[in-house]
Amino acid sequence: MSSTIAKLLDMRGFSCPLPIARTAQAIRELSVGDLIEVHATDPGSVPDFDAWCTTTGHELVERTEADGVYRFVIRKAR
Amino acid sequence: MATMEATVEAPTPATIEHPHHTKLVIMAWSGDLDKIWPTFILGTTGAAMGMDTTIFFTFWGLFPLVRNDVHITGENWMQKMMSMMNRGGTEHLGLSKMNFAGMGPAMMKKLAEEHKVASPSELLEVARDLGVHLVPCQMTMDLLGLTKDDLIDGLEEPAGATTALLEAQDAITLFI
Repeated sequence: MSSTIAKLLDMRGFSCPLPIARTAQAIRELSVGDLIEVHATDPGSVPDFDAWCTTTGHELVERTEADGVYRFVIRKAR
Repeated sequence: MATMEATVEAPTPATIEHPHHTKLVIMAWSGDLDKIWPTFILGTTGAAMGMDTTIFFTFWGLFPLVRNDVHITGENWMQKMMSMMNRGGTEHLGLSKMNFAGMGPAMMKKLAEEHKVASPSELLEVARDLGVHLVPCQMTMDLLGLTKDDLIDGLEEPAGATTALLEAQDAITLFI
């Protein structure tokens, strides 16, 4: 399993639903086990990424916040 | 100086612990900008969540699927007149409230741009890319004289109410 970020997606400034939709588009290009890192500023993305990972099965490895920017690290599960 | 990073706790979503539905069906009946917008937001999100997502476009809801470069549709004068009063395409939609002859939508689009909310046109692209089934209603096409050439590419074959309800049987169904 990889521990390096295979794809970095900058969704800072974007509102719902683009952070999730663009992540769903981007994760298709990755292999199972790869990590994708998403940066977002929409506070709604916190519960949304949680819900998205629950339904899709992808693993939310890390979630941090600094200076209003949320950083999500997600491992592709399937 | 390095910025301190804090772990963020998300509220526990109570309703999604055990997802029962893997399908989403939206009946898009309205062609209003403020209704087709949430239709596309929910449709793209459903597909992003891995739900098998279908949107049926019926009555006024079919007009957003008209190509933006098509001005007048219809075979007879009544159908043509209807299309003149209600031009199709995602770029020509009006608001259900405060339309003010197009000033309302212009302001809404400006606000959306500032807040980086994706436009209906952009969301439609995302929907097609994520495999949302976009189904035009055959009856509405006949009623309003819309042909396949009037509509955008990437749509499913036109279908009727039976197909819509069959799809909806085991799906979350929304009527917008």
